[in-house]
Amino acid sequence: MSGDPLVEVRDLEMHFPLTRGVVLQRQYGAVRAVDGVSFSVGRGETFGLVGESGCGKSTTGRLIMRLLEPTGGQVLFEGEDITHSGRRELAPLRRDAQMVFQDPYSSLNPRKTVGSIIAEPFIIHGLASSADERRREVRDLMDRVGLNPEHYNRYPHQFSGGQRQRIGVARAIALKPKLLVADEPVSALDVSIQAQIINLLQDLQSELGLTLIFIAHDLSVVRHMCDRIAVMYLGKIVELTASEICFTEPRHPYTGALLASVPIPDPSISSVGRRPVLKGDVPSPSAPPAGCRFHTRCPKAQALCSQQEPPLAEQVNGSMVACHFPLDQAEATALLPK
Amino acid sequence: MSPLLSVRDLKVSFDTEDGVVAAVSGVSYDVEAGKTLGIVGESGSGKTVGTLTIMGLTRAVNTKISGEALFDGKDLLTSSEQQMRSIRGDEIAMIFQDPLSSLHPFFTIGAQLVEAIQVHRNVSKAAARDRAAELLGMVGLSDPRSRLSSYPHEFSGGMRQRVMIAMALANDPRLLIADEPTTALDVTVQAQILELIADLQRQTGTAMIIITHDLGVVAEVADEIAVMYAGRIVEQASAADLFANPQHPYTRGLLASIPRLDRDRSIGLDPIAGRPPSMISPPGGCAFHPRCPRAFDRCSEELPQLEAVAGSSNHRVACLLEPAERSRKA
Repeated sequence: MSGDPLVEVRDLEMHFPLTRGVVLQRQYGAVRAVDGVSFSVGRGETFGLVGESGCGKSTTGRLIMRLLEPTGGQVLFEGEDITHSGRRELAPLRRDAQMVFQDPYSSLNPRKTVGSIIAEPFIIHGLASSADERRREVRDLMDRVGLNPEHYNRYPHQFSGGQRQRIGVARAIALKPKLLVADEPVSALDVSIQAQIINLLQDLQSELGLTLIFIAHDLSVVRHMCDRIAVMYLGKIVELTASEICFTEPRHPYTGALLASVPIPDPSISSVGRRPVLKGDVPSPSAPPAGCRFHTRCPKAQALCSQQEPPLAEQVNGSMVACHFPLDQAEATALLPK
Repeated sequence: MSPLLSVRDLKVSFDTEDGVVAAVSGVSYDVEAGKTLGIVGESGSGKTVGTLTIMGLTRAVNTKISGEALFDGKDLLTSSEQQMRSIRGDEIAMIFQDPLSSLHPFFTIGAQLVEAIQVHRNVSKAAARDRAAELLGMVGLSDPRSRLSSYPHEFSGGMRQRVMIAMALANDPRLLIADEPTTALDVTVQAQILELIADLQRQTGTAMIIITHDLGVVAEVADEIAVMYAGRIVEQASAADLFANPQHPYTRGLLASIPRLDRDRSIGLDPIAGRPPSMISPPGGCAFHPRCPRAFDRCSEELPQLEAVAGSSNHRVACLLEPAERSRKA
């Protein structure tokens, strides 16, 4: 990471209220989707947010994009506090930060041609004002993401899933944003197509100098893409570290369990019957366990874990880990493939 | 010993408004008792349609089915609907991808399990309930008795998939077909379910067909693997052979296009160009030739047959390339 961070979040919180009643609504609880998350992302960096469903990784992405207004904490973009900025103040952010969504089927308007979908950012931001200029820009973009520019007048349903995701990427990079938040951009795609989109994102990143926040549940993909990784569990970061360290020296038992759970496409190192299986399911984020949120499933949990919440603390290897009893290297090695 | 299930030249096509969709075009495989066959393929490769047809679940006026599927010597494709009803859920059971939509939201877990048992077994309700509780215990649910009166919405995704597995095992099936059983689940829960399936198979000796797009999952559970592309098996081998010595350019392409935790991170991904073909007008010759980096002129004219790979007893591949050419880097 060099210089000022592009994005910084401090103690970010998003508690969605749970209410009862229709006219007289009364709040009786909250889903603590994101509950005190801090990290910063440097310019040009690829930052991964990993975790299972309900860990708050997508909500964190939406908070950074200010598609949601946080209930606590701060979001800074280029050093400026945008936590509670209004629509007008957010206009520059809307240009500099773009998002690629998971589902290429529902994230494109079926009634618009591909050309007009990709041209829309230019119209919204009053750029490339003449129709000719826009058409040229759009064709360049289509070419750049590997679509045939002659398909300018086609509709989304005439494209396959992988091509639709390319349309989504073209729209996102149209205004040369500084930040791209990609929320599970390949998980809806076929295996042979996933690699195409991953390579496209990597190429564009190095061409355009993009900062990328990559949200995914697939650890192999995250490891391939990211420089640094935050592993989330129930609205909190449990481990924050450089990518190569995360996958060779995991310190949080949850990170270790995630790594041990990934099936490896090689029968000679198959792990069925050998790996320690994590018991049970992720608890509800509306009533997270006291103390360390992972203690109900943690193989190393002790009495302290259910009483006191561990802070995110720096380990010898430089990782930030929120655990009272982090894994040592022997324990970590036992969980890794091979 | 003859195999438990023997599928020969299975073809399934659907008449649709847009034309005839040839979903499966001549697939043959055997499943031995107690063994697991993995069928791998991408969306539209025909992996699901083939097994649904064997179960008699694709019969409709616009469906054309040919070939045979001998289960214990009896052809399932020509069996009457009544015969199929007595086989389904009894001798052959199925686990589907989405455990939420496979369970009825209005009935308790217990009622649904009891029904699955009583359809096939002439037992009292009390005995069926005992068996249901035993099954829930077997799939690792705590306090199985009281779980019987829960509704599906009270369960998490992983627990629902455990219930589906319990239901599939209710009548001690000889063949279990699992269609993407872990795709909808989180990775730690997927590990639990894979472990559970492997455990139960060891205990019960059930034969299994597991259908998935995830090469990691088949590597963990399958003894033998068939790779499907555009309605045909393009390569079939023991799990160890397939991963150690893949022959078909499609199989090789799939393996090169996935990032892997057990490999150096700096190894770039080598995607397969293009996309899977339309099943209404698939390309002539080998259906993979438009995407194949090694294709030559014969590939667009001649349909390659599944043939044995020299030096291996049960490794077969459908590719026109010379064996030495296949493993050479493109």
